[in-house]
Amino acid sequence: MAYTFQWRPVLHSLPEMLWGALVTLEIAALAMAIGTVFAILLALAKRSGGKTLSALADIWIETARNTPALFQIYLIYFGLGSFGLRVDSYSALLLGITFNNAGYLAETFRGGFSAVPETQTRAARSLGLGQIRTMWHIVLPQMLRAVFHAMTNQMVWSILMTSLGVVVGLTSDLTGVTQQLNVVTYRTFEYFFVAACLYYLISKIFTISARLLASRLFRY
Amino acid sequence: MIEIDNVHKHFGTLHVLKGVSLNVKKGEVLSMIGGSGSGKSTMLMCINGLEGIQKGSISVDGIDVHAKATDLNKLRRRIGIVFQQWNAFPHLTVLENVMLAPRKVLGKSKQEAEAIAVQQLGHVGLGEKLRAFPSRLSGGQQQRMAIARALAMSPDYMLFDEVTSALDPQLVGEVLDTLRMLSKEGMTMIVVTHEMRFAREVSDRVAFFCQGQIHELGTPEQIFDSPQKPETADFLRSVL
Repeated sequence: MAYTFQWRPVLHSLPEMLWGALVTLEIAALAMAIGTVFAILLALAKRSGGKTLSALADIWIETARNTPALFQIYLIYFGLGSFGLRVDSYSALLLGITFNNAGYLAETFRGGFSAVPETQTRAARSLGLGQIRTMWHIVLPQMLRAVFHAMTNQMVWSILMTSLGVVVGLTSDLTGVTQQLNVVTYRTFEYFFVAACLYYLISKIFTISARLLASRLFRY
Repeated sequence: MIEIDNVHKHFGTLHVLKGVSLNVKKGEVLSMIGGSGSGKSTMLMCINGLEGIQKGSISVDGIDVHAKATDLNKLRRRIGIVFQQWNAFPHLTVLENVMLAPRKVLGKSKQEAEAIAVQQLGHVGLGEKLRAFPSRLSGGQQQRMAIARALAMSPDYMLFDEVTSALDPQLVGEVLDTLRMLSKEGMTMIVVTHEMRFAREVSDRVAFFCQGQIHELGTPEQIFDSPQKPETADFLRSVL
């Protein structure tokens, strides 16, 4: 029996899917923001922390980068549960992607830090700026330029990774909403095709905005 | 006054400063000359605590630079330094480069800091480049900006570490002119340099460094016209 496309039901549920897309964007943005903070700490721990700190950072970075993101989310959802820490599927997904982002970005930032010459720090310190101010006003802004492109990629990756939430039963994000509609209507191709288009759009809009922002930020 | 007393400095197994003693009075211009690796740049870095020392002491106006209790950030407000590689902050405009420390270290308001920066940049002849990014400037202009950046903190002392060594020959003059101007204004300066004519012209005293020690110290006339040590004479013959 041939499959006949029926787009009408998808169009009807488009508002629902757009709400899902918003949740997707929210998780990705949060995971990116929190992941960035941890990534900087991990990079600093590897750079200037003692042996123990550096080793702990290594475990995080190595695990995040060398195991499937799917497993990371799974292990957080079920693993923490078995320790008596019940996490809902939204938090498990958020934690999983944050963990993954931090691992990848830590390596990016490590490279970013070495892109800023030591002499810049020296010049700043010689003017009487303390360590934190030197970091904030001199090192971080220059590092941001070096890592901006990689961060944009990570954000797109992070948006797409949110689709893994479906494996821990998340129903509110774009993939979750789509899957819910799919099991009710069996219009699998139509729903997932439209969802894919939405993922593409979100990613593209983000990439283009980031490019515009970069051209404003890095005029030097 | 800067008082350097029997300073020793090691980089690992390398003994770079072997008992340097020297006093620099307020208003004095002292040049440090000598071959590369003779310790003169390292000596400069020790004066504002960018490098530590292993023995001896350095004090600036009675404050021990290397004492644990010394607030180096506070001390550095009074000691400006300009490096061989000018180290402009590339992400800030010329004006912002000079405004940063007065604002963040001295706590000046934006208007005050801007007024200081405009004045200092005008002083070194960069009044037209305020909104430019350093990448648009020549090496000589970037170096003059670095001088203005240090002067904006109204330091009591200025240290210059081979500030013309990385410049194209035709740009050396403009930077030396700026240094001449400062010496005429009575700034206390320690100048590490390979420009012998300049050292002779502006210095009150010249210190010849050799193998981590001050081999000879005297007025420019003494050092350049009648050096007492054979090493000094050899060095001068090789560079003049």
